[in-house]
Amino acid sequence: MTLKKLIGAGAGGLTALAVAILLTDPALAQSAPAIVVNKGDNAWMMTSTVLVLMMTIPGLALFYGGLVRSKNMLSVLTHVFYTVCIVTLIWVIYGYSLAFTGGSSFIGGFDKVFLKGVTAESQAATFSVGVNITEYVYICFQMTFAAITPALIVGAFAERMKFSAVALFVPLWVTFVYFPIAHMVWYWAGPDAIDAAAKALAAATTPDAKAKAQAALDAVMADGGMAFLWGAIDFAGGTVVHINAGIAGLVGALVVGKRVGFGKELMAPHSLVMTMIGASLLWVGWFGFNAGSNLEATGGAPLAMINSFVATAAAALSWMFAEWLIKGKPSLLGILSGCVAGLVAVTPASGFAGPMGAIVLGLIAGVVCLFFVSTIKNMFGYDDALDVFGVHCIGGIVGAIGTGILVAPALGGAGIMDYTTGKIADYDFWTQVIAQCKAVALTLVWSGVGSWILYKLVDMTVGLRPTVEREREGLDLTDHGERAYNM
Amino acid sequence: MKIVMAIIKPFKLDEVRDALTAAGVHGLTVTEVKGYGRQKGHTEIYRGTEYAVNFLPKVKIEVAVASDQADRVVEAIAAAAKTGQIGDGKIFVYDINNAVRIRTGETDAAAL
Repeated sequence: MTLKKLIGAGAGGLTALAVAILLTDPALAQSAPAIVVNKGDNAWMMTSTVLVLMMTIPGLALFYGGLVRSKNMLSVLTHVFYTVCIVTLIWVIYGYSLAFTGGSSFIGGFDKVFLKGVTAESQAATFSVGVNITEYVYICFQMTFAAITPALIVGAFAERMKFSAVALFVPLWVTFVYFPIAHMVWYWAGPDAIDAAAKALAAATTPDAKAKAQAALDAVMADGGMAFLWGAIDFAGGTVVHINAGIAGLVGALVVGKRVGFGKELMAPHSLVMTMIGASLLWVGWFGFNAGSNLEATGGAPLAMINSFVATAAAALSWMFAEWLIKGKPSLLGILSGCVAGLVAVTPASGFAGPMGAIVLGLIAGVVCLFFVSTIKNMFGYDDALDVFGVHCIGGIVGAIGTGILVAPALGGAGIMDYTTGKIADYDFWTQVIAQCKAVALTLVWSGVGSWILYKLVDMTVGLRPTVEREREGLDLTDHGERAYNM
Repeated sequence: MKIVMAIIKPFKLDEVRDALTAAGVHGLTVTEVKGYGRQKGHTEIYRGTEYAVNFLPKVKIEVAVASDQADRVVEAIAAAAKTGQIGDGKIFVYDINNAVRIRTGETDAAAL
């Protein structure tokens, strides 16, 4: 019988005793057979990883590219592609270590820089006790999240940021904003460590041993990121990815200023066909993003999948019908924007809400995001070119707070696992909603202030904006020396 | 010799071509153009932002004809391109000094 099976067998006295022996006796613990990685889990996670890459290139790149004027098409595509490449390298050099190793509750350490000590045999925890996946696939999966997040930001300052500025900003931003936020929201000791410590406590008989085991359990429970320890839940990155990128985008749009001619000249999307292709690739790829965040090919993954279907469809329709009512015409861009807003909102909820809750979440996200991109943006007059704030930050906030509500088992949600008892924890509305709000506030402040400093730093060194003449000419020619369409 | 130049609605091009063929015209030049007249523009809405589009897409056709044919060609175009709505377009007629067919070197009426 393996250690995994012993732990999985539950609370039988004999089993607990056996675990206690295994845990307290190093020789026995070492001789216990290692957890065997499930081939299905690994296969699913490798599939999910490449799906997320497809979301970014070409999905996001085309979605954004179609929305800009044809003279800036290549500029946007280059920003996105460059971001993927540079973050991929930074991730394996130090990003993974900073995000996903223990250190403080703010940021990880340098234990795994250059992926030190990671081999094809290394394993990473999932959400189930005694179930691991190969660490390399976990590294790659999380890498694609680190890559898409700064790629989302470039939409906010599209058409008016020099390539050299983007080239410098992206590495700085992932280092000082993304890695800490990912660590604060997602890092934890893992189910096996908590389960083992809890079982050791249960098995402890003498008061002395009990106190020791309790201290060990407390240490394991305290080994996590700050927002994680607050009890905030974020299944696939509503906070880490979308609020984080959304607020960084808004700050960028404000710092770099409006596009030349904004509000006076026609800045219509140059190809909504490209945008439709991009949005559709985003939806398909998002199944890797959300269902892949289950880290295993178990029931939670199909739950995230069905939620990513229905919330998205609901948001696409609510945006389109609301626009039809208010503006008189149901637009393709409206249904596509609603689709993305729904995907964003369901991201943190995908593995926690039930399908009917996800539909409600989508319906709300569609109209709230429409309100922000049409009314609020015009009211304040900021030039968030491709609505990164209005869709990703606002959709992310709707999703993050909605997750805290829809996770409730009474509303059809999955509830939150308590690994110390191995059962679904009792749900308390205010506790969960407040934890969600705190994580949202933390992200808004950290990313908002951090991004502002980094934009200023880049502005002082290489400069953010091209000259007016170069901006008018278009960044494709002036930055990259090529044209998107030679017809 | 005259050139009959007409700015028409793009979707009327095929009807105008058929009418010109029936009127004995054997060739014409078509250009996609933008402009505005009494029709002004229209509004386009992208994510709630409204843009006034001042220049509307039109098609410009140019036909070189013998002077005595010009009136017939103008009538044919006007009949075929008319919808009765604002924005149907305009027709202009002007003189040609010379014409040359490049392949044969024929000039003036023989070159048309």
